Order: sequence, then C-alpha cells, then structure tokens
Amino acid sequence: MKELIEKYKDKLFNHGLTEKDAPLIGTLDVEIIWNKTNKTTNMLEKLFKILNINSIIFSEPAEPYKTIIEFLTKTSNEVIYPEDTETRTFLHELPYTRDFNIQNIANILKERKSLIIPNHGIITFGTVSPEQAFVTFSSVCFAIYVKFFSDYLKHKKDKTITNEEEKIFNKIALMINPYPEFSFSLMQGPFNKKKVYKALDEAGKITVKSKLVDSYFGNISYLIDNIIYISQTGSSLDELYGYIDPCPIDNSSCAGITASSELSAHKQIYLETNNKAILHGHPKFSVILSMDCNRRDICKYKNQCHIKCPYKRFVNDIPIVPGEVGTGPYGLYKTMPPAIKGKRGVIVYGHGVFTACKKDFNEAFKNLLSIEKMCKQEYFKRAL
Amino acid sequence: MFGWCGKILKIDLSSKKYDILNPGINILKKYIGGKGLAGYYLKNYITLNWHDPDMPLLLFTGPLVNTLSPTSGRMTVMSKSPLTGTVGDSSVGGSFGFSLKKAGFDGIIITGKSFNSCGIEINDDNIKFTDASFLERLKIDEINNLIKNKGSTAVVGPAAENDVLFSNIVIDNHYFAGRNGLGLSFSSKGLKYITVKGTGKTKTYDKESLKKAREDIFRLTFASPVLMGELGISSFGTAALYDLIDNRGMMPTDNFRQTRFNNAYLMNAYTYKKKFNPKKGGCQGCHILCKYTTEKGLSIPEFETMSHFSALINNNNISVVMEANKICNEMGMDTISAGATIACYMEISNKKLSGSDIISILKKIGYAKGIGNELGKGAFRFAESKGKPESAITVKKMELPAYDPRGALGMALAYATSTRGGCHLRSYPISHEILRKPVSTDRFTFKGKARIIKIQEDLNAIIDSLTACKFIFFAASLEEFSKVYTSVTGIESSAQDLLKAGERIYYNEKIMNSLNGFTKKDDDLPSRFFKYPGTSDNNIKIPPISRTEFIKTLENYYKIRELDINGIPTKEKTRELELE
Repeated sequence: MKELIEKYKDKLFNHGLTEKDAPLIGTLDVEIIWNKTNKTTNMLEKLFKILNINSIIFSEPAEPYKTIIEFLTKTSNEVIYPEDTETRTFLHELPYTRDFNIQNIANILKERKSLIIPNHGIITFGTVSPEQAFVTFSSVCFAIYVKFFSDYLKHKKDKTITNEEEKIFNKIALMINPYPEFSFSLMQGPFNKKKVYKALDEAGKITVKSKLVDSYFGNISYLIDNIIYISQTGSSLDELYGYIDPCPIDNSSCAGITASSELSAHKQIYLETNNKAILHGHPKFSVILSMDCNRRDICKYKNQCHIKCPYKRFVNDIPIVPGEVGTGPYGLYKTMPPAIKGKRGVIVYGHGVFTACKKDFNEAFKNLLSIEKMCKQEYFKRAL
Repeated sequence: MFGWCGKILKIDLSSKKYDILNPGINILKKYIGGKGLAGYYLKNYITLNWHDPDMPLLLFTGPLVNTLSPTSGRMTVMSKSPLTGTVGDSSVGGSFGFSLKKAGFDGIIITGKSFNSCGIEINDDNIKFTDASFLERLKIDEINNLIKNKGSTAVVGPAAENDVLFSNIVIDNHYFAGRNGLGLSFSSKGLKYITVKGTGKTKTYDKESLKKAREDIFRLTFASPVLMGELGISSFGTAALYDLIDNRGMMPTDNFRQTRFNNAYLMNAYTYKKKFNPKKGGCQGCHILCKYTTEKGLSIPEFETMSHFSALINNNNISVVMEANKICNEMGMDTISAGATIACYMEISNKKLSGSDIISILKKIGYAKGIGNELGKGAFRFAESKGKPESAITVKKMELPAYDPRGALGMALAYATSTRGGCHLRSYPISHEILRKPVSTDRFTFKGKARIIKIQEDLNAIIDSLTACKFIFFAASLEEFSKVYTSVTGIESSAQDLLKAGERIYYNEKIMNSLNGFTKKDDDLPSRFFKYPGTSDNNIKIPPISRTEFIKTLENYYKIRELDINGIPTKEKTRELELE
C-alpha cells in the first residue's frame, strides 16, 4: 500500500491538482498507513472507524482550483452542481461544508464520494484502492474548473456578473498555462500488431504530458486487420502499458469486455469512415465551450442539452453533438461517429473531444491540441 | 408501510395450516429483507439437522421488489445447507419475488413435513395446499408445463427427489436457487412446488425521487462496458466472461490442474451466439437482461456452466455443454457442483470421458443410479470415500466455481471466508482484480485484500437483502441505491448505513456457522492451490499461492471482521451489532 500512496501523491502533484507535499493519503487494511502524520491525520483516522472504507485522500487543491472552490462555495448553497458529463454520470453533485468536524464530515461522506471543505481542502475516499480516491479528487477539480468558467461566460452574457466573480476570473485567467506547440513527431504509422502497443502508449503519454487531459479522462484506439486495439476502461492515458484490449470488430471474442466504455463509439467510427486511429480526451475549454449556447433559455430541451440538443452546433468547423457515455438510448456512439466524417474532430456536449485519422496518432494528437487551443481562444473572445 | 408489505406467510406443512407474521418496522429496518430477514428467522433453528421438520425453509423478497427500482426482481431462498452444513442461501431471479410481493408478502417461512408430496398455491391472500404426487419423477419443464397458469413457479425435480446434495429449486423454469442443495431442503418437506400470483402494489414513499435515482443508475449501467457494452453481459449473457477468464490464465481446466483451456476460443460466447442465435430475456424489473435462450426455449449456459462443462472436464464439444446444461436444468441440479464432481471423478478414476459418457453420468446423478448415486453426494464426499480427498476442489464441501484462485488472490481469500463454502458471490473480487471495477487492483497480491473482501461481503449481503442484482454493482454503488432505498421506504439512509446493515447480516451468518462448529480450519483452500502453479505463458506467470501469505491475510481478515483468532464471532461485536 505504501507504493500506492506514493504513486498517487506524485500523480496529484504531477497533474497540477495539489502542491507537492500537500496531500494526506491514508490506507487501511489491518493498520492505517499515512504518507505523513500530523494533527489532521489523527482526526481523519476516526473516519476509518466510522466509514467502511480503505483509503482517504485529503488535500488543499493547487491553484486555480483553490480559488475557484473558495468562490463557488460562497455562491452555492451546501451543494455545487456542475453540469459536465463526468459529474452528471459519476459524482452527481459536489457537497461542501464549512464545519471541519469529523462527525459532520463522516455524515456527508456516508452519502457522497467527495466533500469540499473551504479553506481546508477536498476529501475523497476509496473502498478497494487509493486510486478511487485519486480519480474522485481529479474529477472534482475538473468539475469545479469547468463550472466556474461556464458560469462566468453565462453570467457575462446575462449581465449578472458580480465584481467578485470578475475579480476571481481575472486572477485565475492569469494562472492558466499555455498549451505546448506540436513541434515533435510521434511514431509513424501504419502500425503492425507488435508496434501498436508502443504507439498507443506514446500517444497517451504525450496527451497527458501536454495537459490536454487528466490521465483518467480519455481513451485511445487503433485498428489493424479488423481488430481494434483500445485502452481499457478506467485506464490512465499515461499508463497504458499492459492496459490495451484487442477487440475483434466482429465481436468474435469477448476478452475485451474490459475495454473502454467508448468501444462502441470507436467501432462505429471505424465502420463508417476509413480512419485507423482515434484519440479521445476531455480538454477543459472544449468541454466548457460545448455548453455555451445562446438558445438555451428558449429551447424546449433546455435541461436536456446533453442528450437532446436539436441544433447543429459548431465551434468554427468543429461540430458539437449531444450524447452520453456508453451504449444507452442517448449514447454518443450514435451521434458522434456520423458527425466526425470529413472533420478534424467532434466535441461531445459537456464531455470531450474525439479526433480520428488515417495513419497514426500525429494528426489525431495535433487535431486534439488545435481544437482545444481554438476553443480556449474562442472562450476568451466570448468572455472578454 | 412503504416498500415492505409487513406480512410474512408462515406455513406448517405437517398440519397444512398457515399463519401471518407481522415483523414490525424495527426488525425490517434492521434486517432489511431477502438474505437479512431470512437469516433473522433461521438463526434460532440453525443447529437442527437440515432435514428436521422444524428446520425452516425461507423464501424472502426485499423492500425494493415490485417497485421501479432497477434489477429488483430477485429474492433469497435460505435454510441450512444439506451440502455443506453451513447457512445455505441463494439469490435467485425470475418473477417469483415480484409475484410474492404482489400477493402481499415479504416472505414465506415453511416448516413441518407433508406426508404426501404436496404443492402450495398462493393467490393473493388465498393459500391452497394441493396433492402433487402426480408430478413426482417428472422433469422440471414437464412440471412447469402442468402448473404454468398458476403464476410464478418454484419447483424441484428428480435430483431433489433422489437426494442429490446439490439439487436446486427452479424458479419459472429458467432461474436456479442453487449451490447449497436447497432443492433437497424443499423436497425433504414433502414439497414439490409453490406457485404465486397477486394483484397488489408495493407502495413507494417518493416516486419522483425514485425516478431520479433510477435515472442515475441507468446512466451508470449504460456507461459500464461489463454490463451494457457490446462485449458485455447484456449482449452475451455471463458467457461474456469466458474469453477473458481464459485469457487471464485462470480458467479451471482438468479439475484445476491447469488454468488455460486450449479450445476456449472455439467454445466462447460468440460461438454460442452464432450457433444458436439465442433471444434475450431476464428477470422481472431488469433492464440489463443477461438471460439468453434458444428458439426452442433452452437456456444458453451461464459462464460457470460453460467453463465447467468444457475446460474443467476437458470437453471440446459445444453440443455436449448445451446438453449437459439441459439435463441439469431438467433434473434441477447445480451445474457448477455437477461439473466439478465429474471432474473429481475423472481425476480419481483416471478416465477420459466422451461426450456421451458425460451425459450418461449426469443422468445417473439425477436419477441416483449406479455411480450417479455416489457422485450425487458431491465431490468432497466422493473423493473422501475413495481415499483421495485432495482431488475434491471444494471449500466447506462446496465445489468451486470457474475462477482459479491462483490467478486472483482476493478470490482465494473470498472462497475461504465465504459463509456458504466455495462460492464467488459472497464477495466478488473479480470485479476489481479482473474487470477493473470500481478500479483495478493487483490480482497477484494479498496486500489490502483482507479489508476489501470484508467490505465486499458486507456489500453483497445488503444487495441480497434489498434485494437487487449484484451485477448492477459493477456500475452503480450503494451511493445510488441508498437513494433508491430511501425513496421507496421513506427511511432516511446512506450508503454507509446500508453497508452497516450488511455487516450485521453477514456477521449473523458467521454466528450461525460457528454454532454448527465451523472454525478457522474450515476457512481454507484445497492443498492443490498451495502446491502447484497454474498454467503460465510468456506474458503471465501463475505461481502457487503462498500459504504463509494466505494464512497471514486470513488472520488479518479475522481482525478486520472482528472475529477471534479461530474465526469465531466475539461477544463484543455480536453485542455491538445487536445480534444477541
């Protein structure tokens, strides 16, 4: 367990979610192990007695998440409701409390996976591994970021923006680092069955390194001889070695039952186009911009944009389509593949970007990067 | 009352009389329903012989059944297991649970013994006892054909009549309360069938809130590749696991002497789909629908059945698997135990069996003829009688299912600590060790597994009490289901509150087993797993399990579960959980 604690402490820092030594990470089998102990860990140990869990992460988030939390908790009532797909599907809502009392914290964590405590941090837990706590922590940061920038744009348009919101926006806008230039080359395709694993691993790592996605938010695949080599469900784009499933396109083997929940969407792209490589990530400004719609207040589907948006929407040349994760009646595997034909990529409402290309991941990555850059630029154009 | 009916039907088959029990809200809140409530009513009788007329047979639904709650069509059957002597229970699908709730009952308690073979017919609050001697010696489907208009059915077949220790109760012709020999418990009471139908509704406290919670759960299930993905169990049934388990080097082959099956790729779920073009169905109230049947109404085998009737007994013929499954279903006997017992027989007799041999032996087991008479007692008793106990791959005398524990060490611990013996359903670490849900864990280490198994046992105990389907928890969690529970019953509850109830329910089973003398010595695996490796290849090494690590982890589990060093429940914990 010590190795896992160190691994996720490093990941929190490397992903810009916390400062280097900020997180407290504890795991419990027979005995509790912490990465370090202090007064707070003494207090948090009580959570292990109250809750049937095996791991905890507690940390003040890094900037800009810290400032965003301070603002959102001031302007929300006990619970924050982000509208992105990750939250809608997995977290549902983000509760917070100002009462840093262990019984109060336990009572809220009895019901939800995370708790925000303004001026203290975010607390998350796992029942099988600290990885669960890390995923939730990462998702909370993603969700509040997307919510803040989405709300800002909406308030700006509605002319309901407050001085404080404006001040916070100006402050955190300065904290946003620029995306890198694509000044390198990824492995050249087409790939054979031996090289494909390395190519997928390389493309996944560069996508994460470029801060285009957090490691859990995305998936990737390549098609060779009617077999889709695709990242496994819940795998990290920066840790794909050993986590690729070969899935015959005719479903003649179910060994890929652990493949990404977007297997059907990838497959549909391969069936409907002549692409060979697909990259999917959740870059923040693409997600934020996808939820910015001028017709929202007059649309009969205004609370169901993510599944029923009736309009053909675009950010410049990139289509925005509705659709949910997986294979449900509103699954994005129905809406996204037809939209990607002849395009650099597609944005799925509140969710992320899909790019596809014919040879290798150079173009797929380049397009993902350029779409996100374009969305970021467009965001600030609309916001300022 | 919301969720529950508040009524339990208590039947005495000796006198053919019945009574109505009203357990009261405090008991219902504490034990929830299904497995929990059945355990509450079983505990005082658990030291009786399994065939004592006073030993209750319990069929219990839960508060979510007959509501809009997802996958709520299940129920629990419980008694003392004839096969293992432990608490014996089985969660089973179909529509019996739904119908029982519609008839106005949360459960049925059956005691006594009928002099002649009898049936019970429940039609709302009208309870009728019938002479069922005309159904004796008939196969399950033949019996169902004769009583199918009477509602949902629970029947036993020839295996139960012939004292097969792993005989099942069959619900609605296709769903099996299996593994423990509960069919024999049913039959020992002189009971041949129960039918139930009703017209009532289960009251829901907050329908809007239930709809919202249901939508959240649906969204999660559609995002789950294991459940609703195109390679998942909704598309292929549980057979979808066949390729993966072989691929991971943990498919029990040749009576657990190997862990890869050379012909797996020829006998996988896809092959069944192509060959039989089955149609999809499932339990009442379920949207996953993992049950597949052929046009002629034959069940496509579940994963464990596919695996044990192919790899475990070295059978390369898919038609033999279908036929073996059909015979077990007709006879009403457990496919896992049947396959594993035949594998044990093959090892001890050093025989290779042809397809027709396999079919012939299964029929002999069902009708207790020749060698079938011995094999009907299960692998443990057969191997012991031949002086080769090491050939029985069992835990607490129950045959192991189709996950070799050398390939998933959490599963190794889960088999050992299971209150009903060699079972994968008390805790299902395959979900994280293989299926990556909720996240993946290292399958080749015991580190952290003691607590994980304890938590999962509590989780599965509450799932079987609500009663819901364990599969849906590959995607959803108690976070969502606690909202369902509160919406249905009106009782404020959280995920952790329900998990606490699960802990109580499981500890109650530990208490029952300890009353029957089960201790640490019974929480063990067959020696084979500690002595010999599985089948390794260039990518995956499957070493033997370290006995030292296993024992250490088991002892950690006892500490976490708050049992004493011999695996016996403590007074303190019993008191804390209000189980005195």
